[in-house]
Amino acid sequence: MIAIVNYGAGNLNSVKKAFDYLGAEIMVTDQPEILGAADKIVFPGVGHFSSLHALDSTGMGKALLQAASTGKPILGICLGMQWLFEGSEECDEIAGAGIFPGKCRQFPSSVKSPHVGWNSLSLHPGSRLLRGIAQDSFVYYTHSFHAPLVAETTAATEYGRQFTGAVERGNIFGVQFHPEKSGDVGLSILKNFCEL
Amino acid sequence: MLTKRIIACLDMDGGRVVKGVRFKNLRDAGDPAECAAAHARSGADEIVLLDITATSGNRNTLLEAVRSTAHSLFVPFTVGGGIRQLDDAAAVFDAGADKIAINSAAVHDPALIGKIAGRFGSQAVVVAIDARNTGSGFEVYVSGGRVPTGRDAVEWAQEAAACGAGEILLTSMDRDGTQSGFDCELVRAVAEAVSIPVIASGGAGSARDFIEVFREGRADAALAASIFHFGLENIGELKIELSNAGIPMRWPC
Repeated sequence: MIAIVNYGAGNLNSVKKAFDYLGAEIMVTDQPEILGAADKIVFPGVGHFSSLHALDSTGMGKALLQAASTGKPILGICLGMQWLFEGSEECDEIAGAGIFPGKCRQFPSSVKSPHVGWNSLSLHPGSRLLRGIAQDSFVYYTHSFHAPLVAETTAATEYGRQFTGAVERGNIFGVQFHPEKSGDVGLSILKNFCEL
Repeated sequence: MLTKRIIACLDMDGGRVVKGVRFKNLRDAGDPAECAAAHARSGADEIVLLDITATSGNRNTLLEAVRSTAHSLFVPFTVGGGIRQLDDAAAVFDAGADKIAINSAAVHDPALIGKIAGRFGSQAVVVAIDARNTGSGFEVYVSGGRVPTGRDAVEWAQEAAACGAGEILLTSMDRDGTQSGFDCELVRAVAEAVSIPVIASGGAGSARDFIEVFREGRADAALAASIFHFGLENIGELKIELSNAGIPMRWPC
């Protein structure tokens, strides 16, 4: 069973629908113990970094970190990926998980913000999540803050500067784009996650 | 590289897709779910479903259409028409929309933009603006283009962005359904005044029109309905033509 983390912000329907379409057994949950029982966890995020304060108050943040340490596959999407880093300039008071180094930042003033639309992935070899995805495939983004390139970056995207589109280390995966809204490319990525 | 988006719009009336000229003379163009799926297959970057005669009476018709359209659609899906309060928006999101478009209700109560954005995120809130060239500027119309507001379209777009809108869907009423080209002057005026993406709408008739609205109009996305519904233009062919002209496109997709 794949648990989809509901921390009370945003709209989880699209993510749920995509996994339904792929035939995965899923459960949308705000219960920390369900995360413990799940085989895999998807953490979709949307909105402001400050909304992540709910992870602390609900115990979901702790449950996520614990699941991460047991080797359970975890996929952070959008804000969920940003949480895997140390934090974000969007809200200095909230700490990220710190699984990947660095803080999320705003785009340079040379480009419009937010970054909305389909942009291409510059793939680094060896990603399990992006297995079979063609170089320069397009995926759908909508975000104002972005994570830096790190050693674990598996796909970079260019918008004003290069930033992390996808990141992974061991059982921890993150994508800044929305695979559930990225057509066949996105569905292939989610299928890869289901098959890990 | 960030691509320019081609958005297919489905105007819906009583559960069916229709298309008119200058908001009038509606013709039937099919089932929303089938139209949306066909457009997505042929390369549409996004789908917009607008309930053009939305009343509280046919709310369930809209929600059912949203549900069936969203079911197997995996590109961004925006729904508009008759969304007057937070609860209306919540119901549409619950039925499967990724973004909602609000028009008249936002003009009457700009705080509604922030309310919806606060709960669902700015990325989920599109403010739709219908504007007409007055000779000295562009005036905002509401209620499906029937009621002039005396408001300037550029100023309203800026206010909407400040209130938390994630995108502006800008329709030229003068060009709507005419296939005579986008109003690049209107689009550029708004696109240069706000930092959020602007979707140009009204007047798409040829590939050249799209090239112009991306180059001269500085649009981030362009929306069309008529030319796609009746098979006058295939989105894939359109994208190839734009791509050859140097406009960044998601193609092949």
